[in-house]
Amino acid sequence: MSATTPATSASATPASATPASATRRLLRAYPTLLRVGLSSAVAYRAEFLVWMLATTMPLVMLAVMSAMAREAPVGHFDQKGFVAYYLVTLIVRQMTGAWVAWEMVQEIKEGTLGLRLLRPIHPLASYSAESLAALPMRAIIALPITIVVLVLSSGKDLTQDPLNVLIFVVALAGAWLLNFAVSAIIGTLGLYLESSLQVWELWMGCFMLLSGYLIPLSLFPSWLERVARLLPFAYLQAFPVETLTGLRDRHAALAGLGAQLAWAAAAWLVLAILWKRGVKRFAAYGG
Amino acid sequence: MRYARIFGVQLRASVQVTMQYRAEFFVGLFMAAFYVFWNVVPMFVLWSQRSEIAGWSLEEAALVTAWFTFLRAVLDGAVQPSLQAVIEHIRKGTLDFVLLKPADAQFLVSTAKFEVFNFVDAALAVGLAAWGLHRLHRVPTVGQVGIALVLTVAAAALLYALAILVISAAFYVVRLDNLIYLFNSVFDAARWPASVFRGVWRILFTFVVPLALMTTYPALALLGRLDGATAVRALCGAVLFVLAARLVWRRSIGHYRSASS
Repeated sequence: MSATTPATSASATPASATPASATRRLLRAYPTLLRVGLSSAVAYRAEFLVWMLATTMPLVMLAVMSAMAREAPVGHFDQKGFVAYYLVTLIVRQMTGAWVAWEMVQEIKEGTLGLRLLRPIHPLASYSAESLAALPMRAIIALPITIVVLVLSSGKDLTQDPLNVLIFVVALAGAWLLNFAVSAIIGTLGLYLESSLQVWELWMGCFMLLSGYLIPLSLFPSWLERVARLLPFAYLQAFPVETLTGLRDRHAALAGLGAQLAWAAAAWLVLAILWKRGVKRFAAYGG
Repeated sequence: MRYARIFGVQLRASVQVTMQYRAEFFVGLFMAAFYVFWNVVPMFVLWSQRSEIAGWSLEEAALVTAWFTFLRAVLDGAVQPSLQAVIEHIRKGTLDFVLLKPADAQFLVSTAKFEVFNFVDAALAVGLAAWGLHRLHRVPTVGQVGIALVLTVAAAALLYALAILVISAAFYVVRLDNLIYLFNSVFDAARWPASVFRGVWRILFTFVVPLALMTTYPALALLGRLDGATAVRALCGAVLFVLAARLVWRRSIGHYRSASS
């Protein structure tokens, strides 16, 4: 094999193997991929610390909202209600965030995506393993916060319904699936566009406004709230958070879960199509 | 004089790079407008719940948001692109080429890249401030505008100093792509009037990361509510920060070991 890998074409990708054997290989390799990802997350502890500090935005919003709630409740939130809302927001963000777009665009630009394509594992699978492997480290942050919420609210501001707790857990998985798919779609757009990272910024901007991450959706003017609830952003934050903090009854929580999984499925479909077409356009140069 | 000329050359190069890609140019314009929209919406949502929050009316808070938008433009347009470039240099070991050039390295890396679109943000921020003042039926005196401008310059210098401190950290810890993200998320708190924060937050945002100085003080100056002593203290603080950043940069550049062969 020559040392240079010019123009890795789609035919060299593992996607061309028979689906059954490819799936089996993936299932065998995935635990190893997760382990590799975890050790790299542990190795870069400084980065981890930075992440911890970078997710303080809900806490800042909590300070702002508390200033308002000191005088009188805002909507149906009193001060404790805000504490529960924003801390759960923080947990959901920690456990479901995916930032794979940055890495994909970087690798497309530098041509190192070619190396991933040569491996017998689908690149999207290896990206997803890297993203998932960071979760245990993030859980280390989320766990103490969970305890603080439980103690501070003495459970009053959380749902009392065990089914809703279960829906919340499933919703975390759904939110990660949707987050990862969107991030990977935008990363894949790097194969088509120069400015796909700006699409990512646009997505993140809309996410922060319309997902309930900064401000609970129920405090929006009613028309804006209706619009926000139609869009996918609400299913990344508002839906799981509202389910756990008891703002949704069983029925609404189940409906939300259905919508969330539908969005996630749609996003994965788009991702599959875009990836398949995009990778044919990819040409890596270098040795 | 020589540095002014280098500055001119670097700025011209940035403008030319920007104009080169036409699609990017329009995307950039759109993004600039989007950011302003993004900054204003949370303010309107919050103040639709109350007429006054922590002693600030909507129009007065609009001044703070205007300053936040303006400084955000300075940060995104002038400070951050260079910051990103330096981190990249350190990662790849190409900082050697910058260090070898016969000019101050800090100056070179700080002026390496400008995002021209952020002028749009800055202009819209001025518009927002004008809207707030108009709604308040307030014409600030020349002195008040002067103090606000001086404080704005100090705030920009502070932002720059903080950025240099962040870059310096990159000499010690290599993988720091997300430092920029951290920087952004901390700075985001500056969009709210400082009196909203209490306790630990207030201490943090006044002394450690002096966000209060950057956005709230200039707004207070325009409203005629800032006393002279506070303004002088703020300016002294800004100067100290810049000097400290310079010192840290000098120290940490000594730690740079080229990563390439």
